[in-house]
Amino acid sequence: MDSSGLGVRRAVAFVAPALVLIGIFLVFPALWTLYIGITNYQLTGPAAANPQVVGLDNVLEAVRDPLFTNSVWLTALFVLFSAVIGQNVLGFALAWLLRSVSPWLRRTIEGLVLLSWILPSTVVAFLWFAVLSRDTGTLGLLLGSPETSWLVQYPMTSLIIFNIWRGTAFSMLLYTSALAAVPPSQLETARLVGASGWQTVRDVVFPHIRGHVLTNTLLISLWTANDFTPFLLTSGGPNHQSEVLPVLIYRQALEGGQLGYASAMSLLLLVGNLVIALIYLRLLRRRA
Amino acid sequence: MSPLWIVRRIGFYVLITVVLAFFAVPMLWLASAPFDTKPGLGLRWPDWTFANVSATFDHPFTLSSLVNSLILCAIATVVTTVLAALAAYALSRVRIPGRDLLLYLLLLLSSVVTGTAAMVPIFVMMLQLGLINSQFGTALVIAGGMLPAAIFILKDFVDAVPRSYEESACVFGASPRQVLSHVVLPVARPGVATIFVWAFVNAWGNFLLPFLLLRDVGQQPAAVLLRTLYDEGGSANLTVIPVFSLLYSIPVVVLYLFVSKRYGFRFHGGIKS
Repeated sequence: MDSSGLGVRRAVAFVAPALVLIGIFLVFPALWTLYIGITNYQLTGPAAANPQVVGLDNVLEAVRDPLFTNSVWLTALFVLFSAVIGQNVLGFALAWLLRSVSPWLRRTIEGLVLLSWILPSTVVAFLWFAVLSRDTGTLGLLLGSPETSWLVQYPMTSLIIFNIWRGTAFSMLLYTSALAAVPPSQLETARLVGASGWQTVRDVVFPHIRGHVLTNTLLISLWTANDFTPFLLTSGGPNHQSEVLPVLIYRQALEGGQLGYASAMSLLLLVGNLVIALIYLRLLRRRA
Repeated sequence: MSPLWIVRRIGFYVLITVVLAFFAVPMLWLASAPFDTKPGLGLRWPDWTFANVSATFDHPFTLSSLVNSLILCAIATVVTTVLAALAAYALSRVRIPGRDLLLYLLLLLSSVVTGTAAMVPIFVMMLQLGLINSQFGTALVIAGGMLPAAIFILKDFVDAVPRSYEESACVFGASPRQVLSHVVLPVARPGVATIFVWAFVNAWGNFLLPFLLLRDVGQQPAAVLLRTLYDEGGSANLTVIPVFSLLYSIPVVVLYLFVSKRYGFRFHGGIKS
């Protein structure tokens, strides 16, 4: 029964404008990547006016290109250390530890963590230049080695630490709401039998939030793999040492003008996203 | 209170302090550098001045870029909120044929097709349509990217509105339009507000799409101008950057304070485990 009195025809009219926009700006570009990816399309020059279909050559070339394999490896490191390990562990630790501190301290820390998540990425890049830059940077002053230029000497490590700072809020929020679902009586029992904090987490809490851990890990991995902020911090440098996939795609397409080749790389990123998303949806469905 | 307990407590608070410092220290720059006579990329107690503020207002593009941000953001946010609300309502209440498949595809799309993965075709499409440097076009691209997730989150909120409200209204002879504006919208308002704020913060901070699609400095929003101030002419314009960063961050901070005061910053079931 249609309680709203809308009727199917009017309902379709309600949905249509959104679908048109999604179709033009999301579905069409995604499908078009398939086509551009098999051409030698370029931003300028003869191949710009009249691109030729080159088939799977772009994909094969990408797989053999050391810049691309380097970039895939860096992206994997970035996702593994900053999201799967960093944000996950810190987010859970915050959700767990902040239950037992005074409300004002809890609000302060949560506020700061959330702020680091919602500030615009260009502003955040400057905040971290001020931490990591040479001579005047805060980290150098704190550690007594102001001559270290962190973003140049340790670009990937810097990006990983940065991204933990940037993205932990989501994991914290998700684990906070997950922990609220753990029955207090079980925590109380664990305390009474003298279980340590670690034992309680492993044996009492973890079985309840296993689903949340998976959801969280998949989502933050997806977002981290597609994050363009590393471009703002290092632009992929020095010498490609921090060139994660989104940065490589940008530089190949817009700086190098190789639109076809960059599309083939995007295609591989899209396939990676699709795999993660399908695993995620499968898990959602199984639990529903 | 055994010694072990005391050591544990100390360890606990050391840990909390380290975490607090980790999140707080980078942000202090935003409070100190704008008001320092010699602002730099580093933290120090400022030598207080307001000269940077007037220098920032005198810069030819700062204010116009904030206006551009506002235009871009307003179009993207309003389009996203209105279209997502209409679609979410219809999808929640009417069994349109193929609805479940549609919802599944939307969820898949919203996570798979990101601005980064689709930047090449989006750029080429806008280039061929002659929409490079069009704020309206860029706003629509941003809205298109946010819509699937917005529809999804909002549908959850609308699903939670009891149908009996609408049925009673219908029994008393309300038209579908009256049901929507007098019954459903007021009850679903927290959801609509959530999407509005979410879309605003996303569009306000979006760097990649305007960076790709708006190449003329007169059209660029604050996100892109801030980047230009950093690498144009080989060195960063450190008089303008700190104050401008602060100005550009204010709307986001204000919205955050508003949301956390009004609703509390929590997940309300939009995320399923």
